[in-house]
Amino acid sequence: MATETDTKVTKQKSIDKAAEELIAKAERDSVTIAFSRVQTQKGCAFGKAGTCCRMCVMGPCRINPKDPESARGICGATADTIVARNLARMVAAGTAAHSDHGREVAHQLKLTAKGELKPFCVADKAKLVKVAAEFGITPEGKTTEQLAEALADAASAEFGKQDGKLTFLARAPEKRQKLWAKLGIEPRGVDREVVELMHRTAIGVDQDYESLMVSSLRCGMADGWGGSMIGTELTDIMLGTPSPVRTKVNLGVLKEDQVNVIVHGHEPALSAMVVQAAKDDEMIKLSESVGAKGINIAGMCCTGNEVLMRNKVPIAGNFLHQELAIVTGAVEAMVVDVQCVMSSLPEVAGCYHTKIITTSRKAKIRGAEHIDFEEGDAYEVAKKILRLAIENYKNRDAEAVEIPDEKMDLVAGFSHETINYMLGGQFRASYRPLNDAIMAPNRIRGVAGVVGCNNARYTQDAGHIAMVKELIANDVLVVQTGCGAVASAKAGLLTPEAIEMAGPGLREVCEAVGIPPVLHAGSCVDNSRILVALCEMVREGGLGEDISDLPVAGAAPEWMSEKAMAIGFYVVASGVFTVFGPPHPVGGGPGVSELIFKGFEEMTGGMFANEEDPVAAAHLMIDHINKKRKALGI
Amino acid sequence: MSKIIATAAIKGAYKIYKQAEEDLTQALESAGADTEIHFPDTAYHLPLILAMTGLKVDKVGQLQDVIGIAKDLLPPVPSETVWLPYLGHALDAGIATLLAEETIEALKPVLGKPLVNDGIWLGPTDDVILRKQGIKLVDGSMPGFAACVGAMPTNEEAVKLANQLREKNILVFMAGSTDGRSMAEQLAEEGVQMGWDTYLVPYGKDITAAVHALGFAARSAMTFGGITPGDIDAAREILLYNKNRVFAFVLALGEVDDEKYATAAGAINFGFPVIADTDIPQILPTGVCTYEHVVSQIPHEEMVQKAIEVRGVKIQITEIDLPVCYGAAFEGERIRKEDVAVEFGSKYSTCFELAIMKDFDEVTDGKIEIIGPTFDEVEEGGAMPLGIVVEVAGKKMQKDFEPILERQIHHLVNYAKGVMHIGQRDIAWIRVSKAAKEKGFTLEHLGRVFHDKLLSDYPAIVDKVQVKIYTEQAKVDELIEMARKSYAERDERVAGMTDESVDVFYTCTLCQSFAPDHLCIITPQRLGLCGAYNWLDGRASYEINPTGHNQPVEKGDVVDAEKGIWEGVNKVVYEKSHQHLENFSAYSMMEHPMTSCGCFECIVALLPLANGVMIVNREFGEMTPCGMKFSTLAGTVGGGQQVPGFIGIGKQYIASKKFISADGGFKRIVWMPKELKEMIRGRLEALAAEAGEEGFIDKIADESVGLTEEEVVAHLEKVGHPALTMDPMF
Repeated sequence: MATETDTKVTKQKSIDKAAEELIAKAERDSVTIAFSRVQTQKGCAFGKAGTCCRMCVMGPCRINPKDPESARGICGATADTIVARNLARMVAAGTAAHSDHGREVAHQLKLTAKGELKPFCVADKAKLVKVAAEFGITPEGKTTEQLAEALADAASAEFGKQDGKLTFLARAPEKRQKLWAKLGIEPRGVDREVVELMHRTAIGVDQDYESLMVSSLRCGMADGWGGSMIGTELTDIMLGTPSPVRTKVNLGVLKEDQVNVIVHGHEPALSAMVVQAAKDDEMIKLSESVGAKGINIAGMCCTGNEVLMRNKVPIAGNFLHQELAIVTGAVEAMVVDVQCVMSSLPEVAGCYHTKIITTSRKAKIRGAEHIDFEEGDAYEVAKKILRLAIENYKNRDAEAVEIPDEKMDLVAGFSHETINYMLGGQFRASYRPLNDAIMAPNRIRGVAGVVGCNNARYTQDAGHIAMVKELIANDVLVVQTGCGAVASAKAGLLTPEAIEMAGPGLREVCEAVGIPPVLHAGSCVDNSRILVALCEMVREGGLGEDISDLPVAGAAPEWMSEKAMAIGFYVVASGVFTVFGPPHPVGGGPGVSELIFKGFEEMTGGMFANEEDPVAAAHLMIDHINKKRKALGI
Repeated sequence: MSKIIATAAIKGAYKIYKQAEEDLTQALESAGADTEIHFPDTAYHLPLILAMTGLKVDKVGQLQDVIGIAKDLLPPVPSETVWLPYLGHALDAGIATLLAEETIEALKPVLGKPLVNDGIWLGPTDDVILRKQGIKLVDGSMPGFAACVGAMPTNEEAVKLANQLREKNILVFMAGSTDGRSMAEQLAEEGVQMGWDTYLVPYGKDITAAVHALGFAARSAMTFGGITPGDIDAAREILLYNKNRVFAFVLALGEVDDEKYATAAGAINFGFPVIADTDIPQILPTGVCTYEHVVSQIPHEEMVQKAIEVRGVKIQITEIDLPVCYGAAFEGERIRKEDVAVEFGSKYSTCFELAIMKDFDEVTDGKIEIIGPTFDEVEEGGAMPLGIVVEVAGKKMQKDFEPILERQIHHLVNYAKGVMHIGQRDIAWIRVSKAAKEKGFTLEHLGRVFHDKLLSDYPAIVDKVQVKIYTEQAKVDELIEMARKSYAERDERVAGMTDESVDVFYTCTLCQSFAPDHLCIITPQRLGLCGAYNWLDGRASYEINPTGHNQPVEKGDVVDAEKGIWEGVNKVVYEKSHQHLENFSAYSMMEHPMTSCGCFECIVALLPLANGVMIVNREFGEMTPCGMKFSTLAGTVGGGQQVPGFIGIGKQYIASKKFISADGGFKRIVWMPKELKEMIRGRLEALAAEAGEEGFIDKIADESVGLTEEEVVAHLEKVGHPALTMDPMF
């Protein structure tokens, strides 16, 4: 399988034909992309093992990962201390990323409620009432806008809270809440946990790797049960809660005769407006005036997932597809917001006619055009962007255009609310059929969350697809988000017809409900949806009293971002066994390794594992699921 | 493929909705919005509509809101490829169908169509009948109702089906037709009397009349469940009340068209599954219903049985048809040698009993087979071999429950007047008296007792029982090995546990009928003296029946760890022995030993000269070194008395680390019959090896060494048995 055996990447670059085709085109066009840059970046052996310390400038100090006892940092830090600090900083950074996204959503909801972000309005009033109630806000005597503003304020306050604990923790089973209290890992406020962890990792503060790792669990929790969950829930309120949609995926969704605009990044508000504005007669006419047959919006990465789930917008690809989309020569504009946007985009775009448009004040790139989106009339901003794209259509070089044929059907939109509805209709909505199917001897063995990124050091999508196929063949229902979901979508695993690849038990349930064996639950902040679903499974009954009792497991077979590490920490803190493909950068810290791969289980009921071979990793998950089944007596 | 069902149900919903819409338009035009509509004698307006929407419809015009709700519920038809989830949609379509059907039924009089089509049809049920019949459904005295939709191939089969259902006290609702024929018409043609008194209720020939069965169900929830209709949460409660309390199901007879599918989807919302005789797709995964949602292609003769299974209907068996009296009153009765007509087991023949779990398909409920000759062929007072195999299937049955069910055989046999049962497993001993034989008691009756009583006593776990009784020596010999394997597996499960690793023990007071003051304290390392109940069995038994013979005992504070005395245990022993015993030690036979009922597999007796103990098993009929045969010893030990120096035990306890551990443990064993030695050799050898006593088991004397204490002592000296050098036992 596609594991990293040496630093020079000689293996297959992607299992996606569209990618292969465009990687070849990039080579022909002499364009440098991630797939080629990875050949020249060796990867630092100390960094990989976590034993390079840059917390002060006495160093950087490095410790031979093969002999961690051989040396200390200048300050005396042991290999384990260095490894733990580096890992903790990844968690802090990942938590900061998801949470700042969540904060932005709360801010946008507030602006929306005040009428300062036009033309947004509250899209899901029922959910607004429900979530507000969790914050103790009642709808009595309030207009929808007032209720939304009160919720936005309460949600924003979660970030700056100094004491107490995050509101959404109350969603967890009672037993889990008690365990968190006992372990002292209930986050107080989102920002406080990030700041405290950064403080702890500064030179000369927290030197005990175990203390650092426990703090990292708490910080990760501030992501999953804080920033990310706020991001998901408030986005649903503002833009609508996803329900099942049918659309297409891969670079074949680009249209030769239309103005192609790609929306890329993670925060979907502006992109949702771009989608709406593309249907505006004025814009369509304008596009026709330049000789195009309309405007085609396609998504990329998690902004793509967000507009896919809510607006049925086709998605052009995942992380490693972003440059390739430009290489097609058919993209007039790529509109980016935050996270996972490659620095190289303006450079790649320079070889074609594509305009790269940054929209967030937090995320600018030299060489890109910046159109600010903060407040005011979002629709006007969207139209401005579209005008730029339409004007750019004339610059398209027909000779340089090569759009691959690859496109695949998919079904997405599996929010917690959808799952609840689809299993019983409006009148009998519940998780009972899912729990029943898991409790039955030969139906669903368990549930796996396969999430995370693409990683250029590994064959694109290969880890996701091999793992997912192995899981569903073994009757494990798979839930995906982010780039993992897009990988499966491209491989056809998100079509209901993919039940052909599922084991007989899973297949029977999928047929009864009409679902694919792999459920797309959204973007990477939407991993919080998986937490909610796990809590609901416990609440429904029959599968134990805690998340750690459930026959479930998690995986990130091609992870690369710090966000994935933060996710891993909150998932483990929530009691779920989680396998990472690319190894954790902890190889040089035997104590840290022992703790996160073993000790965490005694504490939280969840733990990490590393396994680069996706099929072997799937079997680690299956073994864990079997273990949990046995403990439940099912 | 459930997609076919979902597609058909959704299409059917559209058709019925369309008819309702047309009927309403016509009614509004011809009669006007203010025309009153009602079902006869009900305070529940249009009950299904009331239950699902909270709307109290009394006038034609109000039906517009209902139709509006139904329309909003209508989902898209699943696409050919890349379909979206359809289960939730199909269920919504089902509710839309029911709303539309009740609209259609309610508008019939307004549109000049009789609500009751002709002579045989009864139409909707009034509140008086609802109260009279509905209460039986929810209190369990009527096991459920069957909504029969369509017609049987022949009148004769229709009558047969109706009778099968009525035999089980299941109420029969009939609606709809297949090829223009309906089941109710078939019954009428055969002169079957129909009506609420005969449990046969013909609602109407149109499929829309089926809604009256669901209106009846919905009203049951509102009347007896006290659920006030209103919003969707109330509707959900009404539906769940039916899922959990009203054991109804749909029998789809003949071809199932879209409209029937749509109606069935409505019924599934209530947790009522569909059992079809035709080859329609199945929906087996559970959740909306308690068990399967749609099962198909069920032969007519099996439909009722299948429906009972799929809906989890519990049939109460009230009376067992036996030629002899039956009841707890006869449990303690002994049958003396001179009164025996025939006996099985003990030293007279081979006898075993086994309860095993089987798959649903492997068990035909109520089937009793006697394999081999009957006991008429045995001369009076004689013996014959016997193997009892009780095969059980149940949705909630677990392998762990087998020993509990098996142990019931003891009192189930004893309840029959003139039949006696002692022992268990492969040392069961059954006597049938001359009087019982004269009254016509046969082995078949024994099987009947197991079937009826296990079903009625363990409804939570037992759904089907069949019994095989073997009387051929060869077959019994063959099966006894299988049974022993099963016993060994059960014993093995508890092998790794220790008394210290648990906080609770279990009581066993099953034998208080014989020995009113006796109770066993079952610990992981000391199983019940009958050998049939270990700690896990005690736990499982408590799980099945929390008020039964096996109750958890909190150990409480330790009084003496070595002797096995705990405060909590003493308290319970005092209470359950009816204040007869104040102290109890689990690990000593010399000080406050555990009492015995009489079911023990073995007896341990002190041999003072040898400074050790002998153990004799029930099967060994000869004299023993303590000067008493097993039967005499049993009389001394049994009856619930503490007799220091003597205890009754289960075989497995011999190889336990806690075997009289306070008195020196296994090293005290100086004599036991060869047969018993061989039975426990493996485990005892392992225990001895662990204690550094390799070869110990061969130092134990047996009947070949001698049957007197003196001979035993001489042998011990010869082989250097460790007991001789141990501290005195008392």
